[in-house]
Amino acid sequence: MSVDLATVKRVARLARIAVTEDDANRIVGELNGILGFVEQLSEVDVSGVEPMTSVTPITMRRRPDAVTDGDKADDIVANAPLTDRNFFLVPKVVE
Amino acid sequence: MTELTSLTIAEAREKLKAKEFTAVDLTQAYLDAINAANGVFNAYIAVTPEKAIAMAKASDERRAAGTVGALEGIPLGIKDLFATQDVHTQAASHILDGFKPKYESTVTQNLWDDGAVMLGKLNMDEFAMGSSNETSHYGPVINPWRAEGSNQQLVPGGSSGGSAAAVAAHLCAGATATDTGGSIRQPAAFTGTVGIKPTYGRCSRWGTVAFASSLDQAGPIARDVRDAAIMLKSMASVDAKDTTSVDLPVPDYEASLGQSVRGMKIGIPKEYRVEGMPEEIEKLWSQGIQWLKDAGAEIVDISLPHTKYALPAYYIVAPAEASSNLARYDGVRYGLRVDGKDIVDMYEKTRAAGFGTEVKRRIMIGTYVLSAGYYDAYYLQAQKVRTLIKRDFETVFHDGVDAILTPATPSSAFGVADESLAADPVKMYLNDIFTVTVNMAGLPGIAVPAGLDHKGLPLGLQLIGKPFEEETLFRTAHIIEQSAGKFTPSKWW
Repeated sequence: MSVDLATVKRVARLARIAVTEDDANRIVGELNGILGFVEQLSEVDVSGVEPMTSVTPITMRRRPDAVTDGDKADDIVANAPLTDRNFFLVPKVVE
Repeated sequence: MTELTSLTIAEAREKLKAKEFTAVDLTQAYLDAINAANGVFNAYIAVTPEKAIAMAKASDERRAAGTVGALEGIPLGIKDLFATQDVHTQAASHILDGFKPKYESTVTQNLWDDGAVMLGKLNMDEFAMGSSNETSHYGPVINPWRAEGSNQQLVPGGSSGGSAAAVAAHLCAGATATDTGGSIRQPAAFTGTVGIKPTYGRCSRWGTVAFASSLDQAGPIARDVRDAAIMLKSMASVDAKDTTSVDLPVPDYEASLGQSVRGMKIGIPKEYRVEGMPEEIEKLWSQGIQWLKDAGAEIVDISLPHTKYALPAYYIVAPAEASSNLARYDGVRYGLRVDGKDIVDMYEKTRAAGFGTEVKRRIMIGTYVLSAGYYDAYYLQAQKVRTLIKRDFETVFHDGVDAILTPATPSSAFGVADESLAADPVKMYLNDIFTVTVNMAGLPGIAVPAGLDHKGLPLGLQLIGKPFEEETLFRTAHIIEQSAGKFTPSKWW
């Protein structure tokens, strides 16, 4: 499988990364190089093999459904580029 | 007093105990060394002298009061991937500009709880994506090693290039690092230092900036096997904040040093004899086999048939997880924001400006392999291959193999701005060919220096162990270290 310019632009859109026409053209070649390299996986017979979900046999630990942390609104917004009274500010989303 | 920085952690520990000098003396010696040499290496991207001295003073006070932790007064460098409260934490990325977390990672907290002192934050490949430390927003790190009779600047490897260079150049007593596909072991091999990636789950991942969550694991880079054992003991812990951390007691790794390897079965996998491997790597490997044989270990030939598929499977799994993990950098909650005409435009412009080329490449690959219609062909197939890779290891361990010996890297350190590597991303990825299998299977792996190549540059061997049997690796690596000796770059800076 290989990607074309339109696919690269669609993927960039999905990934929310702005790309210029030059970027997109360069990325077509790079992605195809990498996809060509990983193509060899298709030759492996995986019939009856379960996909890995965890490298170690871990059972998720449970804990009581209780509040263990909080009252940190100032800490949470401390690194935000733009805030107002502990709200994150973004460009208008709804007209 | 001028050579305090030449002491290993174990040596400094004894001399601090004997009151030959104080933690403040030792810390000041490192700060002076950083001040004098960091301009050459670019290993630190943030130095925290005031915090370091304050921590050292507090350490001296604890010692005077009779409370002495396992790393009491030992000055360490911290990879920029670890969250350190109110201190520069950016994963060496532009997109986290100005980020100073309000919390501390579990691994670093464990170190401070044991009395260690923080010198600053170490350079790395952006978001740990790279094998040369050249993808950092802060520029490349320079390896303290040079080829004999050459002035050419060499890379320290990556992604923990700042950690490896700082340890090799004695700009810290030891450093934290992380390893997703080889990011501890490859730089350790390139700089003549010791690096261990413990079993997945041994160290908490809480507060470590995530790259590929099913592969990421923290570990130390240190000057020798003993120091690595001392550091890992402090770094490892079960943690309620990371459900993948494992509730097993952390052994006293140092106690396994000096134990015999007589009767131990060491596997030599034929699949690691790759085409085009330099003869001197082959020779180094044979030498390692001989050392272990001389120490009484039994050498057995083994096969890990799916080895060649580990790297291609990694380049599906790791970018897929990265594309998901890095979705959080959107210019809203932290770091860089580039304004746009609407919110989507702001996201796209922020991420275009904030991420470097390699990070964008991997996000794009990950987004593509997870997108509708391709998930089964790529991601699911890769996760099935991963099961087979793990099964290969389980089979040989079941057959009685205690540890596996391989080369750590396919070459010694290469030049900064290597044109052929820059032109072909896949060629750079091949650096991890011997290390990546270990991450895919969640196993522990250690890189230990074993010799110099014809250019006088360090080469390392790798030992791979069973899950949570890091002690076997320390014990065996110590034999190699005693046979090979230690390697320090001659000071040109």
